[in-house]
Amino acid sequence: MLTNEEVAQIIINQFGEAVSDFDDPYDLLTFSTSREQIIPLITFLKAHPTLQVGFLTDITAIHYPDSVGKEFCVVYHLHSLTNNFRLRTKVYLSVDDIHIPTAIPLFASANWMERETFDLFGVIFDGHPDLRRILNMEEMDYHPMRKEYPLEDGTREDKIDSLFGR
Amino acid sequence: MVSEELNITKKNLPAEQGPVQYVNELTTLNLGPTHPATHGIFQNILQMDGEKIVSGEQTIGYIHRAFEKIAERRPFYQITTLTDRMNYCSSPINNMGWHMTVEKLLGIEIPKRAQYIRVILMELARMADHLICNGILGVDTGAFTGFLYIYQERENIYEIYEEICGARLTTNMGRIGGMERDLSPTAIRKINELLDRFPKVLTEFENLFNRNRIFMDRVVNVGGISAERALSYGFTGPNLRAAGVDYDVRVMNPYSSYQDFEFDIPVGQSGDTYDRFMVRNEEMWQSMRIIRQAMNNLPEGAYYADAPQYYLPPKQEVYKNMEALIYHFKIVMGEIDAPVGEVYHAVEGGNGELGFYLISDGGRAPYRLHFRRPCFIYYQAYPEMCKGLTLSDAIVIMSSMNVIAGELDA
Repeated sequence: MLTNEEVAQIIINQFGEAVSDFDDPYDLLTFSTSREQIIPLITFLKAHPTLQVGFLTDITAIHYPDSVGKEFCVVYHLHSLTNNFRLRTKVYLSVDDIHIPTAIPLFASANWMERETFDLFGVIFDGHPDLRRILNMEEMDYHPMRKEYPLEDGTREDKIDSLFGR
Repeated sequence: MVSEELNITKKNLPAEQGPVQYVNELTTLNLGPTHPATHGIFQNILQMDGEKIVSGEQTIGYIHRAFEKIAERRPFYQITTLTDRMNYCSSPINNMGWHMTVEKLLGIEIPKRAQYIRVILMELARMADHLICNGILGVDTGAFTGFLYIYQERENIYEIYEEICGARLTTNMGRIGGMERDLSPTAIRKINELLDRFPKVLTEFENLFNRNRIFMDRVVNVGGISAERALSYGFTGPNLRAAGVDYDVRVMNPYSSYQDFEFDIPVGQSGDTYDRFMVRNEEMWQSMRIIRQAMNNLPEGAYYADAPQYYLPPKQEVYKNMEALIYHFKIVMGEIDAPVGEVYHAVEGGNGELGFYLISDGGRAPYRLHFRRPCFIYYQAYPEMCKGLTLSDAIVIMSSMNVIAGELDA
């Protein structure tokens, strides 16, 4: 059974400066990496003889409109079924250059996860063979999970934010 | 005689037309969005070469309800009702998964009794889920009897839900911090009755199907997937176990006291439709085993955690007790203090690993909530699984994958 520290150490030894912000909130190893390193990182984790991170649990994104230059965070949840540990990798992207390489060559399941992330956040996965909307209709011209799109009609005055939501 | 007839036909043909030329042309076939066999609203556009499926493409999103967006404006306890409507065949699992995610964020340790009650309800939900899936698989192969026969037991499970939370399908069961009420004597009686009766019913169901020649001809070696491809496609739950990988969240990352129970993980070999059917059947036996253990060892004590700032107080307390009234008001208005943090919590849902990725910024609602919906991820493999097979096989594969439209689209 590998501890989070041991896993983190293996990753730091290989990638050094390219990985940062190590943390383990609620016992789940979390760190950040760069757009250039994300595919080499996942390839390394998948091929590593002791880690064997062979399962992609999830890809999603988070929008932080207030952090300039790091507006979007693409989150990868990975799972090593042989060693039973999970890890979470984050890649921060700027809204002006919202591109990240696709993970489909490594995991076939990345296909729809990336399409969903594109659909809801507008993150463009370079090299994706079929990057179309998946949940929303094709004609939609915005990405609804971004924070600037309110859930409800902004012109309503009977609903005060302090009482009915953020 | 046949050749004579053919000769006659040939003779009657106009000489200049010559023999009939067959052009190798593909047919496009729409399977869905509203097709009796899709069990929900989603479309498959199949390219057929005669009877054989050459390729397929799925169109989903017909019942996308933007749960992740809605959740960003709702207090934590109101999100439970959204989770009901994802995999509506096993709502209690979704409910409990969500409660446990929030409890993990808030750091609430819930008492053993509540954990055991949750295990009982989750296993009942798993049984109901597998009952529907396997019953419908029988219907799609032309065997209506098994489905009708076993549906009575699903009804009985729903009556247990009714006894516990008042609802049947979209249950909204349990609370953050425990259960809303203890198991009533009627609920205990109904669970025990189910445990007595169900083995007989399930045995009979298995007798109808397991070695049934017609059924086996339809499902054996249909829609198989290798363990390697299944893992690459993000399969979880019974579908992955049918392919031979013994991954079960209940064992790998035990939650809600699953480590206290003894049960086996059934695995298949070829990952075909028959293996998926058999794995689900066996899981129902294992679920019964877990429920029996939980009922026999049900601990005494409170059914909710001692966390008054998060757990909605009993109504009679609210009328008499000032503090309970304050907490009641604060919780209902969503004014609880949530810590800043991010949590990923996974439970073994009816059809796979159901994950909740919750990011809290300390506000009254999640900053971001993402549902890892198992069937959204594994349904990608569907065209690959039915390539080269016939349309009737495609129908059977779809129902054996247990794709629930509500979960697919969230």
